[in-house]
Amino acid sequence: MSTIVLLALTGLGLGALYFLIASGLSLIFGLADVLNFAHGLFLAVGAYGTWWAAGHLPGAGASGAGFWLAVLFGVAAGALAGVLVELVLIRPLYARPIEQVLVTVGLGLAGVALLRAVWGSDPRQFPKPSWAAGTTGVLGAQVPNDRFLLIGAAAVVLVALLAFLRRTRYGLVVRAGVEDRAMVAALGINVRVAFTLVFAIGGAAAALAGALGGVYFGNVTPGQGGSLLIFAFIVVVIGGMGSVPGSAVAAVLVGLVQQFANYYTGAGVGEASVVLLLAAVLLARPAGLAGRTA
Amino acid sequence: MNARTTTRTLARRGAPLLLALVLLAVPYSTLDVPVLLPGPLNSPGTLQLIAVCLLFAGFALSYDLLFGRTGLLSFGHALYIAVGSYTTNIAVTRGGWSLGAALALTAAVGLVLPAVIGAVALRVNGIAFAMVTLAVAQLGSIIVLSDPDGRTGGEEGLALGGAGVPAFLSGVANTVNLYWLALGYAALVALAIAWSVASEPGRVWAAIRENERRVTVLGLPVLRFRLMAYVLASLLATLGGAVHLLVMGGSTPQITTSDFTLGLLVMVVLGGAGSRWGAILGGVLYTFLDHRLAALGTSGAVADLPAVLRAPLSEPLFLLGALFVLAVYFLPGGLAGLAGRLRPARDGAP
Repeated sequence: MSTIVLLALTGLGLGALYFLIASGLSLIFGLADVLNFAHGLFLAVGAYGTWWAAGHLPGAGASGAGFWLAVLFGVAAGALAGVLVELVLIRPLYARPIEQVLVTVGLGLAGVALLRAVWGSDPRQFPKPSWAAGTTGVLGAQVPNDRFLLIGAAAVVLVALLAFLRRTRYGLVVRAGVEDRAMVAALGINVRVAFTLVFAIGGAAAALAGALGGVYFGNVTPGQGGSLLIFAFIVVVIGGMGSVPGSAVAAVLVGLVQQFANYYTGAGVGEASVVLLLAAVLLARPAGLAGRTA
Repeated sequence: MNARTTTRTLARRGAPLLLALVLLAVPYSTLDVPVLLPGPLNSPGTLQLIAVCLLFAGFALSYDLLFGRTGLLSFGHALYIAVGSYTTNIAVTRGGWSLGAALALTAAVGLVLPAVIGAVALRVNGIAFAMVTLAVAQLGSIIVLSDPDGRTGGEEGLALGGAGVPAFLSGVANTVNLYWLALGYAALVALAIAWSVASEPGRVWAAIRENERRVTVLGLPVLRFRLMAYVLASLLATLGGAVHLLVMGGSTPQITTSDFTLGLLVMVVLGGAGSRWGAILGGVLYTFLDHRLAALGTSGAVADLPAVLRAPLSEPLFLLGALFVLAVYFLPGGLAGLAGRLRPARDGAP
């Protein structure tokens, strides 16, 4: 029983990490048709921003309120990176989807190389607040607290995103843009502002994933975003592109399948099952779980 | 037909011949280009560098068959290069097979595996296809890294060894034979692709790239033609993986990563997708810069620069990524397209 609880909560924690990355990817793809390969870079910016702030920013540190200030700095850096990428690099290329993908690919390669040039390719020890290092007993299982941190953060982001999308005017524009961008523009609404907005949201969420992922893994490397990004892509495709609730369901599914399969069979089988799950979903429902016909 | 067109036809026919002659002469020349090359042309270091460049030109050509010729954006091409390298390596080093038998096995795998994967992945289009190929290649990468039964060597990679490796393909003194091998591979891929895109299916591939719906309306089985291109490109990549193994003397998990496929994409776009020389040019240039920029990064000229400039310049991938982004904006059609755009201006007539 305790093993199952531990596995379930760890799987949920992993799913939370995937959701934080996938929600932004999904919104960006759904609204702007940009398959963002630079998303791993946003994640790395958030992780390194948090790590740097914890060591250098006055008032920030590895514990207590200082830790949250460091995370806030990382998230702000990620959002800023998202806005800059959209304004400078993506905006001139709208309606040319292949070129946009290529630019984000180049940006991802160059950005990660730049981080490696500045801070080296060796893992950097990440600040971990003392309470995150402890464990909590749940139904007889000793669960590390960082899992709860990830799950809580993802739940907050999910609720905030849904509230933004369903209750605000800009959220309405974003949702309408995902459905039919040309119609929104024809109605005289400046849909490009919404593009910048989803890049900022996506960058911030990915940066949060980077900061909390740093706590979860205990260290940060320039290439960390890369492997997480691939699973986030899988989550986006399974969940249905452009759907935030779809991403949430798919992220939980992928996280749980990966953890349980890895524990009960062997290392690597979990990842294999996730790929099989993707193949099965695509063959049965090519538009993903949320089922928007593209 | 005027004199100018005949000159151009001559250049078109003559250029490959001239290039072949130059490449055939390389191992017999002692020409030394100080900064660009690590030593005289026929020194092992330079021959190895040129061999790797030719090898990657072949890889880029095989990727261009998918991306530039058929319009299939795959993020999993590295899988087949890795399959070629690891299958041959495991059969020879772990299984004690002869090289010929291992190559036959590799060719069979290189035919069956893409047929199976392609049959499933090609049922979806566009971005979803890209994602499925990415996921499948990631699976391959995970399998190689997890080192099943100690066969792949995990993160360490697997050095080529065993009785099956012929003596003329190992050792620094025999680098020239590896050069011939890489040259032969690049020529094989170039000929196979030139022949296939000129064939009847090749014309259908171009039609699918331009307007898939129209091909469907004409009553042609799009899936079958795509699968044909996918299997051919993957088979060429698998064979290239075996050559890569021999040239490098082993298999490393780096060739299984998605970054490796992204590198191929960068080569093809930089050189010019869907053109005769683009992929070759991009592959050679990218590989050359990737190897020589690292040497440049540690050279005296760069070491004297302030730290702000020195750090990015010591990372070849940063420069290549930045170059690639610039090429997407300012060089549509890549380097090959640049030549095409300059020509009408020079001739003064369309």
